[in-house]
Amino acid sequence: MTDVDQSTREAHWAKTKGLMITTLIIWFIFSYLVHWFADSLNSVSFLGFPLGFYMAAQGSLVIFVVLIFWFARRQHSIDEEYGVAEDVDKN
Amino acid sequence: MSIIKGDFIDNLPKVYGLYTGGFVVFILLMAILEQAGLGADIIGILFVAFTVVIYAAIGWMSRTMQVDAYYVAGRQVPAVFNGMATAADWMSGASFVAMAGGIYFGGHGYIAFVVGWTGGYVLVASLMAPYLRKFGCYTVPDFIGTRYGGNLARFLAVCVLTLASFTYVTAQINATGTIASRALGLPFEVGVWFGLLGILLCSMLGGMRAVTWTQVAQYIVLIIAYVVPVIWMSNKQGFGIIPQLAYGEAVMRLGELETLHGVGLKPTEAFAGLKALTVPHYEAGTTFEAKWKFVTLVFCMMAGTASLPHILMRYFTTPSVKAARQSVAWSLFFIFLLYFTAPALATFTKLQLLDPNLATSIIGNTIAEVNALEWIQKWSNVGFLVISDSNGDGILQINEFFMKTGIVVLATPEIAGLPYVISGLVAAGGMAAAMSTADGLLLAIANALSHDLYYKIIDPKADTKHRLIVARVLLIVIGACAAYVASMKLTSILGAVAWAFDFAMSGLFFPLVLGVWWKRANRQGAIAGMFFGLLSGTWYLYMVKWGGMDPWLYIDHLRFGIIGASVSLVAMIVVSLATAEPDEETQRMVDEVRIPKGETVLSSTH
Repeated sequence: MTDVDQSTREAHWAKTKGLMITTLIIWFIFSYLVHWFADSLNSVSFLGFPLGFYMAAQGSLVIFVVLIFWFARRQHSIDEEYGVAEDVDKN
Repeated sequence: MSIIKGDFIDNLPKVYGLYTGGFVVFILLMAILEQAGLGADIIGILFVAFTVVIYAAIGWMSRTMQVDAYYVAGRQVPAVFNGMATAADWMSGASFVAMAGGIYFGGHGYIAFVVGWTGGYVLVASLMAPYLRKFGCYTVPDFIGTRYGGNLARFLAVCVLTLASFTYVTAQINATGTIASRALGLPFEVGVWFGLLGILLCSMLGGMRAVTWTQVAQYIVLIIAYVVPVIWMSNKQGFGIIPQLAYGEAVMRLGELETLHGVGLKPTEAFAGLKALTVPHYEAGTTFEAKWKFVTLVFCMMAGTASLPHILMRYFTTPSVKAARQSVAWSLFFIFLLYFTAPALATFTKLQLLDPNLATSIIGNTIAEVNALEWIQKWSNVGFLVISDSNGDGILQINEFFMKTGIVVLATPEIAGLPYVISGLVAAGGMAAAMSTADGLLLAIANALSHDLYYKIIDPKADTKHRLIVARVLLIVIGACAAYVASMKLTSILGAVAWAFDFAMSGLFFPLVLGVWWKRANRQGAIAGMFFGLLSGTWYLYMVKWGGMDPWLYIDHLRFGIIGASVSLVAMIVVSLATAEPDEETQRMVDEVRIPKGETVLSSTH
């Protein structure tokens, strides 16, 4: 068992959970919500595309990529904040 | 041979840089030979043969007799390279060959696959991959078996994994067979076995280590093969060199052409396996049914992505938990490069065929003119395409032109009049995509059977040599079964692929997620979750597809995972709460999994 006390573990996990929930809210919006309204969005033009089509073909994808890079950085800084990140030589 | 040790890892950018350069030189050489009069058939053969030989050579150089090298590539694959390997592992024959065709025929509704197959990685990153990496397992059932304890949980996980991955791998071997038979001029049944031979050469000697380094090589081939024709076509049509950002105009133009050609008219004839275009390109459904179908398909593909063992096990190979997270991001980046190109490809190809202002258009021309085109003759000879003058007016209407979805990618270079070297390149890319996915899947099944079923359940005293021999024998046997099933041509490429996602999410999604995120989840709950999830999902698939039952709430056979996963969640929660909470040791294990620091839960050679 790694030498990390219980209260640190709990605080770290609470913050990790918070990040997970934020990430999944953004994920939900761009996975489901915008596509539900695709027909209305199509009347808007974005970069020459109908917006509803654009979001499915490209927009949501870009957001997912950025979201995961951001998530990975945030989670690492949470780990460091509570001193539960991996030892440096492993990276 | 020590080529894949220490300094190989340090030199990865150089090694794959040289490899990419070599591949580009090979393409140029083929282009020169084509100008010099080398036949199209020979170019196709050289492309497929050359790339497969390279993969086999990498597979041979990566051979190993060490357990952790065989199962998890020695856990030293850097995040970016693991990202490329995952992208190749992920993008199957369906992504490469059928996705653009699916968008061509299915329009906005079909793009749900694109959204689902990318957004699933958000779940992989936030809910699963880093924690499974910390756990230190070799296979996905290894996690289930250790977290929940007991052979029954482990065994059920092996069952779900095998069912999902086997459904998927037959489609991949089918795709390698199709491409090999086309490029090498073999009968399909022989092409399938040729494809399998290539796949086994990559994976058998070196397990995960060999598959990792061949998948990186395959990613490089497949992404070049996918993007080059699209950029070329876009340039020809004046949309610039980053067509992905500039095809909005082409999308709008298609809207006009659809009215002109009367897209939506139902064809009056039907040809098995072929389709006529009837769905508008970008218009989204306005009904509840259409919207609901879109989001449910997205959900199934996402939850399936996060449950498919051949993907999850790629993140066991990174050097650290942090690297596992970054690697998910890189995976999606590399996948994105292809997926945001697919809708562009579908758009350009459709424009080529429909726009009367382009020399390549065929709709609205006379039947005699169209039948005289070389690519039409070539693809109709193999039964991939039918021109039928249903109304007898001598003019080709939109509802008289039938084709297989797969040829949108495979025939596009010919449709657009690009040199044959591009067709050869596309064939090599399709082969790379199908082979890399088949490798990952076969290895996932064989590893689960050898590590979890044979070593952990049947013979825990087996020595290393014995275990690795069993793993290899299983790989051959499963590969042969899959090739045999594929040679019977049971389903179209895509139907089977969606099912794999539904099977995986029905049985594994909640047991995996709750294993990390809910300490209270116990053995009985996980067993109930996997068992009832898989059972209800399979029952629903059977009833909707063959049993004549009307789908509930438009949840058809492509979406049966919704039923399976819901039942799995309820069963898992109810049974967990009705039985005793997990013992102290298990709870401590979960605590350990939740922080990156410290040793893995399972030792490095367990």
